[in-house]
Parts: sequence; structure tokens; C-alpha cells
Amino acid sequence: MSKSLAKTGIPSIEELEKSPGFPSKERMMNRPVAVIECIQKIPCDPCQLVCPFGAIKVNILIALPELNEEICTGCGSCIAYCPGLAIFVVDYTFSEDNVLISFPYEYLPLPEVGSIVDATDRMCKVITKGKIVKVLERKSFDHTAVISIAVPKNFIYEVRGITISKGEGCI
Amino acid sequence: MAIVGSGPAGLAAALEATNAGAKVLLIDENANVGGQLLKQTHKFFGSSKRYAGIRGIDIGNKMLQELDKNHVEISLTSIVFQIFGKELLILKNEKIQRVKTKKIIYSCGASEKVINFPGWTLPGVMGAGGAQTLVNVHRVSPGNRILMIGSGNVGLVVSYQLIQAGADVVAVIEALPKIGGYGVHASKICRAGVPILTSHKIKEAYGNGKVEAATIVALDKKWQPILNTERTLKVDVICLAVGLKPKIELPLMSGCKTVHSPTLGGRVPIHDENMETTEKGIYVAGDIAGVEEVDTAIEEGRLAGIASAEKLGYISEDKAKDLKIEVRKILGDLRSGPFGEHRERAKKQLIQIGKSSRQRLL
Amino acid sequence: MRIVKHPILGPLELKKNINIIVDDKIIKAYEGEPIASALIAAGITTFHKTKKRGDPRGYFCGIGLCTDCMMIVDGIRNVRTCITPVRGGMRIETQKDG
Repeated sequence: MSKSLAKTGIPSIEELEKSPGFPSKERMMNRPVAVIECIQKIPCDPCQLVCPFGAIKVNILIALPELNEEICTGCGSCIAYCPGLAIFVVDYTFSEDNVLISFPYEYLPLPEVGSIVDATDRMCKVITKGKIVKVLERKSFDHTAVISIAVPKNFIYEVRGITISKGEGCI
Repeated sequence: MAIVGSGPAGLAAALEATNAGAKVLLIDENANVGGQLLKQTHKFFGSSKRYAGIRGIDIGNKMLQELDKNHVEISLTSIVFQIFGKELLILKNEKIQRVKTKKIIYSCGASEKVINFPGWTLPGVMGAGGAQTLVNVHRVSPGNRILMIGSGNVGLVVSYQLIQAGADVVAVIEALPKIGGYGVHASKICRAGVPILTSHKIKEAYGNGKVEAATIVALDKKWQPILNTERTLKVDVICLAVGLKPKIELPLMSGCKTVHSPTLGGRVPIHDENMETTEKGIYVAGDIAGVEEVDTAIEEGRLAGIASAEKLGYISEDKAKDLKIEVRKILGDLRSGPFGEHRERAKKQLIQIGKSSRQRLL
Repeated sequence: MRIVKHPILGPLELKKNINIIVDDKIIKAYEGEPIASALIAAGITTFHKTKKRGDPRGYFCGIGLCTDCMMIVDGIRNVRTCITPVRGGMRIETQKDG
């Protein structure tokens, strides 16, 4: 299936790498860094305001967010703030074998810290298993939890979520 | 002045007008203020200087809190059913009230469009907005397995909200060859396992007394079904997210002239750059003036509130000019980019017609 | 089905439980909710039948515009159940002739 954001909802790696919010491969394998997967011009700019280091620039309201990968520390403040849930943080230095991928999550139930779960790609295809390292909930996140999952390093470009248990919200 | 409809546009108009000191009656047929905001559980886009990053349900509360500081009369469960010039007849609690006013702002919003297909009348087929009301306002799930028809922002966002409520959205289908709504909304539901099938339509819905299954089919470049691409999906709910159209009954009753604009959702009341219609003293704001977004509804509401308060003498010409410039700049920004430019063009044409009708009347 | 837990809206607020009578069956409802939502929560999907063919009709727009949800409520016909709140002891019947 050809992946393209406009046709399927799934951005291709080529589309992502061209965008100013996507860090370079070298930077991603260095220290923690934000990965902004926002590649369409829409009127939106809260990510610029939330970064405590000023690493995100949205020059005019419809401009694509630009990430200054040198300034970015991968603190993750931006993850819960993006209304499009389009920002992630990757930490390639997490351990010898694993990368830590942090993503926004607005479903119930939240996974348990320490549990081994199915890690999924942008199509929700299960591509590996991962360990839930952190589940962050803060009042300032306004009901958007930030989950951090450790997966083998080669999945750094692909893992962006976990499987969702359906039917958990109902009686 | 009377403001009919207390959604984002009506609330914003009431805020600007009462800030200036005008006497406002805010009317709504529902039991609650807020209109569409009451159902929007997701975080909004737009400018961080305005309401970006805040959930729709909280924007409504914020605006109400601001409005509480000013004096505004609110009349709920009130149906405006007749207009004579600037006099409104309102049905409330089985009693009729007559309200005389100097200015009217219609901010009644829009209603859902439908598409017809065999089986579309079966219980289980519902508007996407209707499903959203059930889930986010009444906390009831419409069903377990859902087919969403339409990939505009409503289809994508309601699909997300149905998954949050525990339902399984089996697919989103879209007749066009590309997704109608924002890519980030689409990506969110793809990450939740919902396939978005462009160039697909629904062939038929069937079941014994209610929806039990639906057949979908792929379309070629000429919108014709492609042989052997039919698939039957086991679903108990089919949501129609096929567009909205302005609710123009009251402007029509007032004699406001309308024009057909497919970009803006259908027949829209002609208005000028101050949101004033072809009937002097009657304004429109929000989806009733063309289907757009909540943030444009808020700015149009502000514009109508400022312009009508100015005409009533509550805001000086100079102050109103500055305020309007600020609001129109925000509107321009919100209507820029690939998703907004068609609406920007359509609105410009609408305002041009509005301006020239005013000149003709003079 | 009632959405008891929700990631954004939080836990369902416990409202007063009341009983309504739908086609002679007792159905539980929450005070103040629209009739239609209590019925859908109870798994009822047909609200009325058309006059000519007796085809079932149910919830559609949810905001009182389309009239697909109409039922006989306390003897009154054509009541839009999606915007009419329940009351304890309310009698609701499937409108079977249009």
C-alpha cells in the first residue's frame, strides 16, 4: 500500500524526512530529541509556545513547525500539548539495545509501568514487543497521558504507539 | 440586541457586545449554552493567542465565565419561531413571548447533510454529529462496530471519539481519492487501527430491523463502482459525516437574501465585511454564515458583536475600526493554507456581493 | 451501553436512577437524560414505524431536527425523544402508524 498522508492518513518516511519538524538521522541517534510529524499547513501554533527552550518555531500561523535539533533536549514538554497528537520523543541512548519512544495517549485503560506490550507502527500493525517504562499524567497535560516504551533500536522510525483495548470504556 | 444561538459565534458576539456595554439577550432552543462546543472533547487548533490547545468543552466554559462578568440575559429552551422586522416571537415553556430589539445576530449554526443508499433508513444509521452527541454529552455508546462515511474533520474526529468511548471503528470510507480532513486527525485514527479507504462508497446497508452489515465498494476515476471490489463489513452503526449546511430558516424569515455556495455548505445568507446581511440591522455569524471551524465562528461572532454595538453607539467608530482590523487579520490567518484558501475565496466573494447589495439598496 | 469510564470526560457521574415504561417494559434511566439516550443504552433501536410499510425508524440527528426518533410519550404522539428529558414513571410507546 503506498503510504502518503493525503491518501491513507499514514505519512511516508520520505514525506516526514522532508519536513522541518523531523530531526536528522544523526541527531536522532544522539541524545533524546522531539520528532514532530506535522507535515500539512494548517492554522496551528501551540507547540511554539510550550517549548521551554524555544526549539520550535512556527513563523506564521499556517507555517510548518521547525525544530531546532541543536537546542532541543528531548524534554517532552511538547508531546501532550500538540492538539494533533503529532509530536513524539525518541531517546536512542536509553540503553545498549533499546530506544525509548514517548508518545501521547488518550485512551483507557492506561498500560501498567513495567508491562510488556505489543508496540505498533503508524498503521497500528504490531511490529515488536516493548516494555512500558513510564506513564506520565499531569494536570497541565489536560487528560493527554504520555507513554514511554522501550523497543529494540531498529524500530526508532516505526514504533509510534501500542495496541488499544477496545470496549474498556463501556459498562 | 438579540443573539439567536449560543454556540461559539453567539457567545463571542455576546462577549464583545456586553464588553462595550450593550444590552444583550442571548437565546438558545437547548437547555444549555455552548452549541457544538459541548460535544467537542478534543483539543483545538488555531492560534495560541486565542483558544488553541484547549478542549472544546473547556472553551465553552471559559467563554461563559468571561460572559458572567458582564451583564447578559440568557433565555434557554426558547424557540424563536417568528420574526416581524426586529420583533421576535419566542416559544418558551409553552408560553409565547414578544421581544422587541434593535439589532439581531443569527448564530444558529448548521445541520448535518445526508446521503441516501439502500438501507439508509434502518435504525443504526445516524449522523456523525448525532453519534457524537450520544457519546460525549449523554455518555451512551451508539453501538459496537461502526462504519464512518466521510473523511472530513467531522468524520475523522468523531471516529477518534468513538474509539475513546470504547467502540470499534471498522473503517472510514471516502468517495474522493484523498482524505478530506486534516492529516494529523487521520494519522491519529490510523495509529488506532482504523483503515481510511479513499475512493470508496457504501453500496447498501442491511439487517433485520436494524443495521447488521454494510457493503462497500471501490470507485474508479469516473465515480463508478469497480467490479469485484465489494466487501461486506459486519457493523451495527453507520455514521454519516458527509458535510454540514447552514441553518438559514430564521434569516430567510427575516427576508435576508442568500446565495448558493458549495464551498460554504449550501445556501448562505449574503453578508458584508461587518457580518451584516441584506436586511439592515440583522447580522449572521458562525456556521450559519458558511460552514467553517469553531475558531472562525468565534471571530465572526466577535465581528458581528463589535459591528452591531458600534451601530448602537456603544463603540466609537475609531475603536470599532481597530477592533475589526484585529479580528479580520485573525480570520485571514485562520483561512490561509491549503484547507482554508477555498473558504477565504468564497467568503471574499460573499462579502463582495454583500457590499454591492448594500450600495444598490442605497 | 453506558460509557462508565472515559479518558477525557472522566467517570460517569452518578445521577438519580429512575424507571420509565417502554412498551409496557420497565427500563432504567438517569433523571434528566433524553428519552432516546435511555432507550439506546437499553439496546432499543426502533422508535417508530412508518405508516405505509411499517419500516422501523430510530435515532438519527440527535438534535431534534429530523423527527426519526419520535414516539408516543404519556399519550402524546410525535414527541422528539432525542431532546425530551425522561421523568420517573413516564410511559413511552413505539409509534406504529407513522
